[in-house]
Amino acid sequence: MQDNHNNEGGFVSNKTMEIVTALIILFFGAVVMWDSYRIGAGWGSDGPESGSFPFYIGLLIIISSVVTIFNAVRESDKDEFVGKGEFGMVMAVLIPAIIYVIAIDFIGIYVASAIFITVFMVWQGKFSILKSLMVAIPVNVFFFFMFEVWFKIPLPKAWLEAQFGY
Amino acid sequence: MEEINALFHGFAVALTLQNVMYMFLGTILGVLIGVLPGLGGANGVAILLPLTFSMNPVSAIIMLSCIYWGALFGGAITSILFNIPGEPWSVATTFDGFPMAQKGQPGEALTAAFTSSFVGAFIAVLMITFLAPMVAKFALQFGPAEFFAVQLLTFCSFVGMSKEPPFKTIASMMIGFALASVGMDSITGQLRLTFGSEELMRGFDFLIAVIGLFGLGEILLTMEEGLAFKGTEAKINAKVVLQTWAKLPAYWATYIRGALIGCWMGVTPGGATPASFMSYGIAKKFAKNPAGFGKGELEGVVAPETAAHAAGTSALLPMLTLGIPGSPTAAVLLGGLLIWGLQPGPLLFVEKADFVWGLIASMYLGNIAGLIVVLTTVPYFAAILKIPFSIIAPVILVICAIGAYTVNNAQFDVYLMIVFGVLGYVFKKLSYPLAPMVLALVLGKMAEGSFRQALLTSQGDVSVFWENGLCGSITALAIILLISPLLGKVWGMIKGNKAAA
Repeated sequence: MQDNHNNEGGFVSNKTMEIVTALIILFFGAVVMWDSYRIGAGWGSDGPESGSFPFYIGLLIIISSVVTIFNAVRESDKDEFVGKGEFGMVMAVLIPAIIYVIAIDFIGIYVASAIFITVFMVWQGKFSILKSLMVAIPVNVFFFFMFEVWFKIPLPKAWLEAQFGY
Repeated sequence: MEEINALFHGFAVALTLQNVMYMFLGTILGVLIGVLPGLGGANGVAILLPLTFSMNPVSAIIMLSCIYWGALFGGAITSILFNIPGEPWSVATTFDGFPMAQKGQPGEALTAAFTSSFVGAFIAVLMITFLAPMVAKFALQFGPAEFFAVQLLTFCSFVGMSKEPPFKTIASMMIGFALASVGMDSITGQLRLTFGSEELMRGFDFLIAVIGLFGLGEILLTMEEGLAFKGTEAKINAKVVLQTWAKLPAYWATYIRGALIGCWMGVTPGGATPASFMSYGIAKKFAKNPAGFGKGELEGVVAPETAAHAAGTSALLPMLTLGIPGSPTAAVLLGGLLIWGLQPGPLLFVEKADFVWGLIASMYLGNIAGLIVVLTTVPYFAAILKIPFSIIAPVILVICAIGAYTVNNAQFDVYLMIVFGVLGYVFKKLSYPLAPMVLALVLGKMAEGSFRQALLTSQGDVSVFWENGLCGSITALAIILLISPLLGKVWGMIKGNKAAA
């Protein structure tokens, strides 16, 4: 799967976005076909080979994205895909979310979640730090008891939370 | 009546104190999920699925299906009070529900919505009770070719019925199939599309896709709108409920039409959303006062809600009897069954009759529980929406991350969830439908398996798919549905030409 948001850097029209997305899908379809062809997409001694089903799936992906590109080029949908302000709002969630999931690996899920909720509330919601902590900490204590104690499902704790010895 | 006996046996299975508790817990969680933006039926059930692994399968599926009923009920609350459809199938409910709330009748609108949901679901459950065993018995004669034909029908009807452009539907679906084939080929043991990556060897779990596409994707969309909830208070009391109930029987015809549309659209995977629109449209056409629609007509709430719930419920019929879910949420429930080692399909009715009838009985009970829960707790749920989005958004994101992690205890899945979230956002904006992708991801391996088995028995001759009458007619129907958008266009052109001439 390709991460599309690199292509949204500018403020693009629906038409451009439509074509770019379809091109990415087309590329994905080509990769599927290529890899399926590599492992064999024909009729083997024991029936259809492993690659045959995905091979045709890839073909259908390519056909459908070609049609979508064709339609997009023909129509002139100049509406903007996302406005400047809206794009900022989306990034205001997406970028912290990406940092947050990476942080889980290093500081454990409970601490990362508490920090994420606090930062988001202070930054986007203009709450005071104290108020934000009063939401973030109880929520995570609740999650801790729910997962680790009641349902006995261990969540990632990294080295930091492991120090607490649970 | 064999079914009635089996059903009463099912009630005995479902009606333990513990199960009833799970039922209420499930409904409350479900309404909560339905009310909160970014959590819907499908990803709510997906996130909560790992929590049920320690329960016995009957209790677990009862709780999960009650979450589903709850989410169906919950969607109506936000539509009526805040003009924000919590779920796509409650969009049509906003047309008349929100004007009613503004006119100072939120209680009437909510009561009508919940009661209609209940009636719609109840009729659909009745249908399941009597039709499911018949379908299952019939499907026992299915071979791989017939199964593939039914799956083909499922996917073709998506293309034919969805309001999104057909080629986008196909693209979305095929991406789902491609992702489903990542990992080890279960027949030959060969690795496919892994490109040497160990993480990809496990393949793509559809639960991750559901959490990302419907969870994070939805939050990004909501964020873009810069949501400020401006809503009406939920004033509801026994008097309003009784007064509204007194008015509702007058709409009996709307109920029956809505339920029929819902049942039909739910079984064929058209889904709850088009069913609700269709029912609304037809109710408007038949109404004594069509001009009042859109301005706060009680019937305009009754029609879409009945159909949406009938569809949502009857989506479980093909899931149980054929192993083909009619909606993304039904797909997640199917995933749950597979995890407990219960293979949905005709054999389930023979081998695990206790389980099946327990589940069907719980549908009756769960809907009653749901109606009680929503009628009594609406004000509290409405209060949740007063919580600023800057608190709700990060908490829901944390829940999505935890949910994605717990599916396989893998950090990689959390990253994947983010990627699916971005994909969901872009696809939603460009009107690529997401449901076909999820269903293809769930059914991909199964569809491929039956396709290959069918070809094996016929030594590679594709004519096996129309060799006998049964298989051939299903395949033919599938192809008709597939090209129906095209036929519609041609028909329109012929008509247009005639009009011009």
